[in-house]
Amino acid sequence: MNPTLIIDASFLAAAFLFIYGLKRMSSPVTAASGIRVAGLGMLIAVVASFLYVFSVNEAAKPHLMVNAGLGAVALIIGLGWAWTSGKKVEMTAMPQMVALYNGMGGGAAAAIGAVELFRTSAEHALVPLVVTIVGSLIGAISLSGSLIAWAKLDGRVNGVWRFSGLQVMNGTFFFATLALGLYIALVAHGHAPIWMTAAFFILALVFGVLMTMPIGGADMPVVISLYNAFTGLAVGFEGFVLQNPALMIAGMVVGSAGTLLTLLMAKAMNRSVANVIFSNFGASGGEEQGEIKGSMKPVDAGDAGINMRYASKVIIAPGYGLAVAQAQHKLFEFVKLIADQGVEVKFAIHPVAGRMPGHMNVLLAEAGVPYDIIYDMEDINNEFKEADVAIVIGANDTVNPAARTNKSSPIYGMPILNVDQAKQVYVVKRGQGKGYSGVENELFFADNTSMVYGDAQKVMVQMIQAVKSLDGGGH
Amino acid sequence: MLTGFIALYIFMLAAFTGYEIIGRVPSILHTPLMSGSNFVHGIVVVGALFALLNATSVTEQVIGFAGVLLGAGNAAGGYVVTERMLQMFKSSDKK
Repeated sequence: MNPTLIIDASFLAAAFLFIYGLKRMSSPVTAASGIRVAGLGMLIAVVASFLYVFSVNEAAKPHLMVNAGLGAVALIIGLGWAWTSGKKVEMTAMPQMVALYNGMGGGAAAAIGAVELFRTSAEHALVPLVVTIVGSLIGAISLSGSLIAWAKLDGRVNGVWRFSGLQVMNGTFFFATLALGLYIALVAHGHAPIWMTAAFFILALVFGVLMTMPIGGADMPVVISLYNAFTGLAVGFEGFVLQNPALMIAGMVVGSAGTLLTLLMAKAMNRSVANVIFSNFGASGGEEQGEIKGSMKPVDAGDAGINMRYASKVIIAPGYGLAVAQAQHKLFEFVKLIADQGVEVKFAIHPVAGRMPGHMNVLLAEAGVPYDIIYDMEDINNEFKEADVAIVIGANDTVNPAARTNKSSPIYGMPILNVDQAKQVYVVKRGQGKGYSGVENELFFADNTSMVYGDAQKVMVQMIQAVKSLDGGGH
Repeated sequence: MLTGFIALYIFMLAAFTGYEIIGRVPSILHTPLMSGSNFVHGIVVVGALFALLNATSVTEQVIGFAGVLLGAGNAAGGYVVTERMLQMFKSSDKK
């Protein structure tokens, strides 16, 4: 059989399985099988691509044994490292891991471009050359940008890089890189000296760093999603250069899906993507917040637990703090306890709860919370006024009423969970500090709010014990 | 040869497909889907392998090697992480 035919048929099958798999992933009922479908497509494509050994260029034939060996070694190392690291990583650290793997994909796309551009002996047609340059540029930015995003979310790089003129400098940097790339394509026709091609890649990588450094940690999810779309585009473009339709289709599907996801995430935070990338979020905060009336009223965890046991409807608003305290299992234990007593319990998830949209759903799912008692913000926001108790655990900015009223607040305009409309609000919190955005929260001072101070896991244990002792001794 | 307009048709239809697939997704699945699409562009490893197999100089071999390594990491890591996340979704009646 003709190896080229097998390769082409395999890539067609892979492209179908990718699209079908992504489609299945877009519903919670079929999602788990979706990734296996897509995984099968990947397996077929990778195995088939080894048939490339029968169709290499004349010039590469003498190197074939070495190249194939290198390919096998690289595959095994990359696969082995990523497989073990992916198995080990904590669910709370998922966003930075996605960023890391995404950066690697961008790097691979840039590497394909680099191999093409360093092959100065070959003849290059103009259109593929320009596409190579653009794909390499996007891929390299995605690589270094994702690495910075990973380092920031992982707490390896702290602080935000900001000084006046930064955006002018970044802009200059970007256009210089682009100009150099276009020079290589249009003037040098792909026969540029090696130092010039190398300089192009170094500039692109540095630009990725410069672009990501000024962005704060709270905005990182949008940035990761953006780089995910970038990598998709880069893969699609390099696929065109290599005349590989599987890369073109997979890359472009991810490019557009990723762009849409980025827009949805930005919209959930009520910000535009441009605003995320170019604004100085948080830098202007801290100025006049207005006088906050009232005081914080502490309450005992056990009392709060017993109160919820006798409520008829309780809505829980979890945040990243819940996951950091590893309290989601204890929380679910408490939920089962009071649900058995006939209390209606629902979870309300803000679109940006956790560190990525949907991240909180994953963390709750890990604890075994069934997804049909978990509600999106727009589906449950009208129910808070009927709830006897709303309990906020490890969340802050997503329940801050200042987002509705205070125009000077940096989170003004962001939609929030209407927990303040419940008859009684409990806020489980370690101390009296501010949220991720650094804004004071007037909810904590409201008349119907009581503060339960303490580590979320310990608080949940106290609530469970209080309710259990009550039911044990009462009958 | 996938030149000019054929390539543009492929890009255009693929872009529409991606848009349609993600368009009506509940936000509960945004993180797994970002991770899942991150896995799908791991297909880049196939292109990197092609580039490496056709390498004729040490420079090309080194860059190609790095490309395959990174691409394989993207594909394998993306798969494991997405699978782990999606494993956790179950409804209350299935327990």
